[in-house]
Amino acid sequence: MKPSPELLAGLGDRFEHAIIAFMDDDGYPLSVATDFRADAERGVVTLRAVAGDEVQPPEDEQVNVVFSHIRPQPGIGYDERRYVSLWGKLQRADGELVLSPERVLQWDEQEMPFFEFSERGVPQARRYFEALSAETGREVRPKLAFGWLFLRATRLPFLSATFVPVLLGIAVAALRGGFSWWLALLTVVGGASIHLGINVMNDVFDTRSGADAANVNPTQFSGGSRVIHYGLVGMRSMVLLAAAFYAVGIGIGVLLAALRGWDLLWIGVAGALIGVFYTAPPLRLVHRGLGEVAVAVGFGPIMALGAYFVQARHYALEPLLASIPVAILIALILYVNEVPDRPGDALAGKRTLPVRFSKETIVRGYEASVVLTFALIAVFAISGLTARPTLLALLAAPLALPVRRALWESYDQPYALMPAMGKNIQLHLVTGLLLIVGYVIAIVADHALSNPPFFLS
Amino acid sequence: MGVLPEPIEELLESALVGELTVVDPTGGLVTHPLIPLYDGELIYLTSSVLFSKKLEHIKANPKVSLSISDPVAVKVEPFRRATIQGDAVVDDSDLHSGWEERVLPLWRKKEPAIDFFLAKRVALPLFFERGIIEIRPRRAFLWEDGRTDRAPQVFELAEAVH
Repeated sequence: MKPSPELLAGLGDRFEHAIIAFMDDDGYPLSVATDFRADAERGVVTLRAVAGDEVQPPEDEQVNVVFSHIRPQPGIGYDERRYVSLWGKLQRADGELVLSPERVLQWDEQEMPFFEFSERGVPQARRYFEALSAETGREVRPKLAFGWLFLRATRLPFLSATFVPVLLGIAVAALRGGFSWWLALLTVVGGASIHLGINVMNDVFDTRSGADAANVNPTQFSGGSRVIHYGLVGMRSMVLLAAAFYAVGIGIGVLLAALRGWDLLWIGVAGALIGVFYTAPPLRLVHRGLGEVAVAVGFGPIMALGAYFVQARHYALEPLLASIPVAILIALILYVNEVPDRPGDALAGKRTLPVRFSKETIVRGYEASVVLTFALIAVFAISGLTARPTLLALLAAPLALPVRRALWESYDQPYALMPAMGKNIQLHLVTGLLLIVGYVIAIVADHALSNPPFFLS
Repeated sequence: MGVLPEPIEELLESALVGELTVVDPTGGLVTHPLIPLYDGELIYLTSSVLFSKKLEHIKANPKVSLSISDPVAVKVEPFRRATIQGDAVVDDSDLHSGWEERVLPLWRKKEPAIDFFLAKRVALPLFFERGIIEIRPRRAFLWEDGRTDRAPQVFELAEAVH
């Protein structure tokens, strides 16, 4: 590709010097720095001639002229990394060297963030590992310390999505009369196992569908674990890992159902089906724009009702209502995290809501969902459908403001959205924890006071 | 004192970036900005597998050139420029930790922030799978005042090194 006039016109402002690289008489590359000026209209770069017989660039032969810039930042490394590499032939004119560039390669971290630049190199990395394996006769693959690899492959930090609804369901049950520590522990472990199984299986299907390869803008919060895509873990190992998590989760579910009532299985089966068909064919819910609904149901009412049932041995309306705000907020985590993923998702046929709808619709949808969440918390608590101290959860509402602002301002900048994605996860976590704290206050008041005031019940 | 003239050693010890030129399979030249490290005998550069075409090129043709010439990323007084030609070898026997054992101390000395980034290895695992490029200098050119419109001093090093 030939360099554009705009690129040439900007060279003088972006770079301090040029380097001419050419082949010397001994067959070695030789690179010499010099000053330059670009003429965008003529499509040439004029370089100051260099002195010395040993370092004379050749005329009428292909040379590589490179412009490179980096700004040291003491203590934190550097920034402003950029380079432009031009190829073409040199001519001498008026004692100067004139390059007519025919081809260009460039990178500027202000135009393409380093993470994306790196991500675009993954196919080359895989080719290198394959070639090295063939060269050495043994399988060479990238590595990561086991603890980090486990954390990455399972996306362990996202377990808060399970802990919040499960603990909420348990708290509701504890207020209304039933609580067992060991049943609570089993419920948490079982729920977490299913969640981790879903995470791992999701990566298997995202790799198979091509979604991982198509996504060059993964972030800390979106784009999946990518451990298969990077070659850190094989497909088979991930399938076995998912199966192991499912086995533990299902085993605990069956045990709890046997101990507390077989009606628990309805919830368990519904949760497992949603988990599997979230990305698995034939339903592939997330590909059909139903990912948010699936996640909301799975990590809201299903988890909370299941946890409640284990303690109370029956279903009830209150844990369902208490879990709805949490369900909406967990869906909003997925919703916002899908924003930077949308180009890759679209290429892989994953028609998520941000793929289907405009920025305006998506951000308005976020705003409406947050308002609905906190309105429901208020209405349920004031009407006594949930414990009144859960009104505390309204304190978390301001956490949505920076997310909303970032969506409006940085919708098309994946890495600028990262802090907002983190804040959105906090919104779910803090709201959920405050709902749980609200129930704990009600439980304490119920035990400490013979006739607790209405605002503590 | 190492195998290179002292003014060039000072440049290598200070430079945050150098431009490495390698030969591609068509005989064309490709230049890459990289951080150069030096232990008194060999010049070391490392390359992530994400950007590993240069490693493939060096394996096929070990002749390379390294320019140390960036007025922003090289802090030596007085400013000067150098180019070092040499023969390069790629060490990719342990991409995961070989470079940590062999060149991380030199890297850390020049750029202490590397430890901060290395601690976040889990976020960019392939970036830290790195091959080492070892350059044995053959010939060096020095422009004492950085002006390449004046003829350089030329140092033939092949004999001295071997």
